Amino acid sequence: MNVPLKTPSHSPAGHSTSSSVPALHFQQASFAHRGHRLLSPTSLTLSGCQRTLIMGPNGAGKSLLMRLAHGLLSPSSGHVTWEGAAPVQAMVFQRPVLLRRSVIDNLTYALAVQRVPRRERKALALQALEKFGLATLAKRPARVLSGGEQQRLTLARAWLLKPAVLFLDEPTSALDPAAIKAVEDAVNEFHHNSTRIVMTTHDLHQAKRLADDVLFMYSGQVLEHTSAEQFFDTPASAQARAFIRGELVW
Amino acid sequence: MSAGDNPFYTALALILGMDDGLLAIVALSLQVSLMAVLIASALALPLGAALALWRFPGRNALIVMLNALMGLPPVVAGLCVYLLLSRAGPLGQWGLLFTPTAMVIAQVILVFPIIAALTRQQVEALHSEYAEQLRSLGLSQLRMMPTLLWDARFGLLTVILAGFGRASAEVGAVMIVGGNIDGVTRVMTTSIVLETSKGNLPLALGLGIILLTLVTLINALAHLVSEAAKRRLG
Repeated sequence: MNVPLKTPSHSPAGHSTSSSVPALHFQQASFAHRGHRLLSPTSLTLSGCQRTLIMGPNGAGKSLLMRLAHGLLSPSSGHVTWEGAAPVQAMVFQRPVLLRRSVIDNLTYALAVQRVPRRERKALALQALEKFGLATLAKRPARVLSGGEQQRLTLARAWLLKPAVLFLDEPTSALDPAAIKAVEDAVNEFHHNSTRIVMTTHDLHQAKRLADDVLFMYSGQVLEHTSAEQFFDTPASAQARAFIRGELVW
Repeated sequence: MSAGDNPFYTALALILGMDDGLLAIVALSLQVSLMAVLIASALALPLGAALALWRFPGRNALIVMLNALMGLPPVVAGLCVYLLLSRAGPLGQWGLLFTPTAMVIAQVILVFPIIAALTRQQVEALHSEYAEQLRSLGLSQLRMMPTLLWDARFGLLTVILAGFGRASAEVGAVMIVGGNIDGVTRVMTTSIVLETSKGNLPLALGLGIILLTLVTLINALAHLVSEAAKRRLG
């Protein structure tokens, strides 16, 4: 269970460069829990610095696939491996997990975990708050923020980690349109800074706005992995066609 | 019932009189119980957190044992410490029997399981909420411990107060290992037992009222501190 995740090195130069995002390989990776197979043996490669959207109905295994990729779970069989050293990664969850501390302390905590020298933490944290429009809330308890503010704070925290790969698990599912826009803008901002994006959503419009490529999952299987254009124009599977038309898929 | 027989008057007279003997008893009571809670917390908070975080063979047995020990009768704890510290006992040469140190040891044994078992519950609940995020940040189980203990601090304050309640209220253990020696090991609860057996009920009740007041004050203080911190930090 305990896969050590690589910690980032804090160079003042900014975010990692695109060439440094290694490919992630799933080799016949499957996952079962208490005898139930939740992910059928899956082989795929995520490479390059793109925005990959994982789509599919609830229970299709989207979050599971992402947790396997991030290393929060280990496959029951097969392998999930990075080409070369695992890159710096961060993850934004559907329900923001914030510590019972002030907004700024949530950020300095993440920096402390990464062993950033104490005297640099506050300045870095304030920069991130500024960037995500949270500067005025720095002293507030993190857990009394609105849902949108909380999610922006988790994005600010991820930003401080300077990840080469950012995983987002339905980060906008509980947010209003303005907050959704803020999250999507942040995702693009990460992408412009050469962070690879892997995100789950079941919102078609969001996927169309963000996706470079799409992974379509259905019932614990990856049915399609194609460019976004191809997926939305000419989906290969009947399930994906139904999903795109907005029909219920079982 | 004359004024002298009224326990409230007696309590008030005791407090206003600032009797040196009484002050010594109150001070020793607080000293012993607070020290016991401090030591028990220092041991039980990390142990409770570790029990919440690690899975190992015998873990469930350990949890059941701790839960059961929360109900350990004070006289039994006192008896065990007495046997350990008595002249013929394994730690007899330390000469600790009938000293405040012996009373602290006995109370640590009573308070430790309460703090450890309740800390385990609190930290386990918080861990289920935090685990994925903390692992995503790259924390090992060991480094999660201080984070979880700190973030559970408001709940843990109540846990520690429960331990303090147990320590300040019990009489059986301190009676056996302390011996209720006037000016040396006499505390509030042992004085109350003594005065009751002497038939001096107003004095016994007066002491009881003072003890209750002190415990209430300490709890009120802890509550205020925690509420203020909660308002500030959520």
